[in-house]
Amino acid sequence: MEHSVVLDYTRCRGCTTCIKTCPTEAIRVRRGKARILSDRCIDCGRCIQVCPHRAMKPLSDSLDRLKQYPYCVAVPEPSLYGQFHHLGNVDLILGGLLKVGFNKVFEAAKAAEILAEYVSQREKESPRRALPLISPQCPAILRLIRIRFPHLIEHLDPLVMPMELAATLARKEACAETGLPPEEIGVFAIVPCPAKVTAAHSPEGLDAPVLDGAFSIQELYLRLLRPMEELKDPLPLMASGKVGMGVAIAGGESRSRQAQRYVAVDGIENCIQMLEEIEDERQPEVDFIELSACTQGCVGGCLNVENPYIAKMRIQRMMEELPAFTWPAEPEELDREITTFSRMPQYSPAFRLDPDRAEAMAKHLRIEAFEATLPGLHCGSCGAPNCHAFAEDVVQGRSSADDCIFKVRERMRDVAGPDGTDAYLPPPFRQKKQTAKDGAQSGTV
Amino acid sequence: MEPVKLVYPVEGGDFIQAGEASSKMKMTLKKLGLPSDVIRKASICMYEGEINMVIHANGGQAEVEITMDQIVLRMVDHGPGIPDIPKAMEEGYSTAGPEVRSLGFGAGMGLPNMKRYSDEMDIETEVGKGTTVVMKLKIG
Repeated sequence: MEHSVVLDYTRCRGCTTCIKTCPTEAIRVRRGKARILSDRCIDCGRCIQVCPHRAMKPLSDSLDRLKQYPYCVAVPEPSLYGQFHHLGNVDLILGGLLKVGFNKVFEAAKAAEILAEYVSQREKESPRRALPLISPQCPAILRLIRIRFPHLIEHLDPLVMPMELAATLARKEACAETGLPPEEIGVFAIVPCPAKVTAAHSPEGLDAPVLDGAFSIQELYLRLLRPMEELKDPLPLMASGKVGMGVAIAGGESRSRQAQRYVAVDGIENCIQMLEEIEDERQPEVDFIELSACTQGCVGGCLNVENPYIAKMRIQRMMEELPAFTWPAEPEELDREITTFSRMPQYSPAFRLDPDRAEAMAKHLRIEAFEATLPGLHCGSCGAPNCHAFAEDVVQGRSSADDCIFKVRERMRDVAGPDGTDAYLPPPFRQKKQTAKDGAQSGTV
Repeated sequence: MEPVKLVYPVEGGDFIQAGEASSKMKMTLKKLGLPSDVIRKASICMYEGEINMVIHANGGQAEVEITMDQIVLRMVDHGPGIPDIPKAMEEGYSTAGPEVRSLGFGAGMGLPNMKRYSDEMDIETEVGKGTTVVMKLKIG
């Protein structure tokens, strides 16, 4: 699976909302429908959040996949805990999961605590990497760094995501408990965002996936309500404390690793701004940066049900009742083999104009020359987010110069004479004052 | 082969906007496929140059010329000029006032960093007329 955001063709009306909001300029409108440029999409889900026609759809695994395995493990992300009203304790959710088709639960929050412990032990011995260290926990940010900030790859702290460590440990435990071979255990994450769905199938820092798939919190939510209500006396299944639960909220990971001079940035635009500044060495005071593409952290992911701020409040209230950690990690859980990347992400230059630098420069000059002839209104009518992106599309052969309505107007003007075309344009684009006759209808402009 | 030329105006006194030229240039350099260490050095030079023009010269203009083998950055201003270049090149020396320092700028590392990250740097300056700093970075 390459991406977890897809278009519902019947719903897309070809408006320009998504193309303008996409942080990597990865969407174009062609023949009245949005199209995602695969090499630029980072699965951040912004387009899903802003689409007024709900045409951008998150893709996640179907729950039918549980039937493919004799034994299934749920790896719930802690943002799930913030989705329910009046939730007394997390055991209700975990017990509920055992009633909807899972045989075992391993919390990502527990794995987050193991990772925190791994980091604190590592700090004592290993040499430090390039500072500031950048958190690897948000897969949309990892992908953004991989396509746009190659220099910052060496700043990444090469830790696996909590859901990945949880999957590795859970599979091992399940094999020992059941005697089944690893491939007959289905391990599925329950995630708050499309980026984590993609990461479950195509991990950034691992040679091969450790999860068999990912379900959206939205999909599990409704199924869990009834079984949770019926659970009178839930088993004490919860294995995480305040630290693990807190990683659902921006800043939680920094606190979990007791980072000193850290910043926790949320929202994809803010993250881009911060990465730009780190790249220019403009923030020498900081030594750890946590970045979440979603506002407020994972609770802001578009596969959640609840308002991010409410989910955050609930999680924080539950955290007050919990100890920092439940129990210390076993030595084998802290093994470097399973806690760190098996490969570093490689730069994929999605914005490069051409692999040949001379050719790239020649293209740049053509783009600049063509852009100078465009109106600079960034109206989006051509299907590109702004005039520069359009000029790039034309030079790269992805668009025709005639896709600009102003270019077409120029041509029409040549045919129709000097007064011919203004009246055919929408009012904001007209150059001349309206005539008395038009003015009577719309007031004097 | 025709060089790629970029021009960015830099507004005086505008600390929020400082860094914009650097960010824009960086994106173009990435699109051209330059090596990432060269891009990083160039963007640090550009940012320091921008900040200098914002603090000391009431703005100016940043000009970039990219050829196959080098990037030339020219920071052109019509500010007060630099009376003592060797002094200005000392690490930690700055003529920035207390207000600027309270914003975290004026640490006296601007020109030293520009020299450190470029392969060649020249300063032309005339007191009362302005300053042009030219930095060259080789593309390996």
